[in-house]
Amino acid sequence: MFEQLFQFLVTGITVGSLYALVGLGFALIYNASDVVNFAQGEFVMLGAMIAIALLDAGMPLLLAASAATLLTIVAGLLLERFAIEPAKGASVVTTIIITIGAGIFLRGVALLLWGKDFHSLPPFSGDTPIQLGGATVLPQSLWVLGITVLLVALVRAFFNRTLLGKALLACSFNRVAAQAVGINVRVMLRLAYGLSAGLGALAGILIAPITFSSYEAGIMLGLKGFSAAIIGGIGNPMGAVAGGLLLGVLESLGAGLISSGYKDAIAFLFVLMVLFFKPTGLFGHQLVERV
Amino acid sequence: MRLAGFYLFAALVALLPVLFPDNYFVIVIGASAGLHVILAVGLNLLMGYAGQISLGHAAFFGMGAYASAILTTRFGWPSLLALAAGLVATGAIAWLLARPILRLRGHYLAMATLGFGIIVHVIMVQATRWTGGPDGLAGIPPLNLFGWSVEGDLQWYGVIMAAMLLALWLALNLVDSQAGRALRAVHGSEFAAQMMGVDTGRAKTQVFVVSALFAAFAGSLFAHQQAFVSPDSFNLTISVELVTMVVLGGMASTFGAACGAIALTLLQQGLVVFEDYEMLIHGALLMAVMIFLPQGLFVGLSQGARRLWAVFRFTRVR
Repeated sequence: MFEQLFQFLVTGITVGSLYALVGLGFALIYNASDVVNFAQGEFVMLGAMIAIALLDAGMPLLLAASAATLLTIVAGLLLERFAIEPAKGASVVTTIIITIGAGIFLRGVALLLWGKDFHSLPPFSGDTPIQLGGATVLPQSLWVLGITVLLVALVRAFFNRTLLGKALLACSFNRVAAQAVGINVRVMLRLAYGLSAGLGALAGILIAPITFSSYEAGIMLGLKGFSAAIIGGIGNPMGAVAGGLLLGVLESLGAGLISSGYKDAIAFLFVLMVLFFKPTGLFGHQLVERV
Repeated sequence: MRLAGFYLFAALVALLPVLFPDNYFVIVIGASAGLHVILAVGLNLLMGYAGQISLGHAAFFGMGAYASAILTTRFGWPSLLALAAGLVATGAIAWLLARPILRLRGHYLAMATLGFGIIVHVIMVQATRWTGGPDGLAGIPPLNLFGWSVEGDLQWYGVIMAAMLLALWLALNLVDSQAGRALRAVHGSEFAAQMMGVDTGRAKTQVFVVSALFAAFAGSLFAHQQAFVSPDSFNLTISVELVTMVVLGGMASTFGAACGAIALTLLQQGLVVFEDYEMLIHGALLMAVMIFLPQGLFVGLSQGARRLWAVFRFTRVR
């Protein structure tokens, strides 16, 4: 029983790491622009699919992964420039629908390029399972965990240690004040979209060897990432990371102990409960509502 | 005079099958568009007038459809009774959900309604014993209206159009009622509406329930018309499509929502030709309309026309 629980925990943390990365991306964009980007999951899908395509074209894995991340960042910048910026000052409902439209558009592009088939990446370092205290761990899970920890630490250091990161943080607190002290808010906005797209792409590349990827793969991942951000308190980057891990573990336990078919229902029921009883998130600070 | 547009629309709907007899496109696509109009007009009451987004509206559509499907096939209920039971059940669920969910705003409300829609969809897929699972439920008997069994495309066109006109008439009257004015006040500023003595919680709950009832009603008709239901007809994509219809036509305009529903239905038929490009065009269109005409095609274009007319008149007078 204990071993089984441990196994669920390992699976949950692996999936949760991805939700954490996607949720982190959500939080970055939300902080910088008050926009919840419903196309976030498509960044994950693009990262995975481009990497797979480049690998198939004969590129070595590291190069393919880097190129895929860069191309996805370009997609994120284009999204900001051509869909978010022209709609500046639009209502929440309008921006939600714009990003949903962007998500559908990116899915459409992927459908044209790669069809409806499922694709996958080979694992980064073989697929011989490692025995760890009664649980079986795929080497890829360790890659996922390790790189997630590294990325989260980098994002933290970026915000706490670098001038650029602090400038971005200043924008999220008060855009007018940030502008007044000489921060170029437009550049910061693009930086947030680029960073967020890059994180999404990396998440996609990391998970591609474990789950199959297709043009539709981003939908659920994006929604789970958004859920992670809400559980952690929207706009709180480290809260989103914690929320993602929590969601992953909960989902894995629910799938293992209750029913795997109801896995998504369990995850979203939890999100609904958080929204009903603690809408500022489990790890969030109290928000003052503006009328 | 207030309902002049409505009578014009009704006349057009009645004339279409006369002008184009035995035309598959008019009868079958028309019926499908009619169901979409009921859904969009209902959702528009919530989104356009009360300003509350719902990304899970397909769930209510599905509840109505599955209530009719399950009660008629598994329990042999008469179709009208099953329809009524579906309305009552959906209305009750919407009422229970309304208070906690409508306390949320903006992105939170979007996420909560989306999560609700996904939960309902998962139940449709997983509760195989009741719903038939991913394969769905087949063999739903035809709709029986006091002894008249609705069969054939033309009869269905008539029934759905009648239902659509009823829905339009209800929505138009609702919007101009006291409750409708209260709703629009909530949209403008919930805080200000409260100050004016509007019970905003109650107003939002009412419109949420009414909107769910419109969807459940359309769902029951859909189940009987298709004689088959499956979870695919009620997933997230459908919820997003319903929102698209409302915003495409123009929020806070009943005819706008109706036009949006008809436009998207026709567009989907037209885009079938483009096959793989369908999704790409759909996404691009959604973005473009929201960026350039945030009030929607119908409202945006009619405002543009009015402005053009004003300019024209001005130059003529001078």
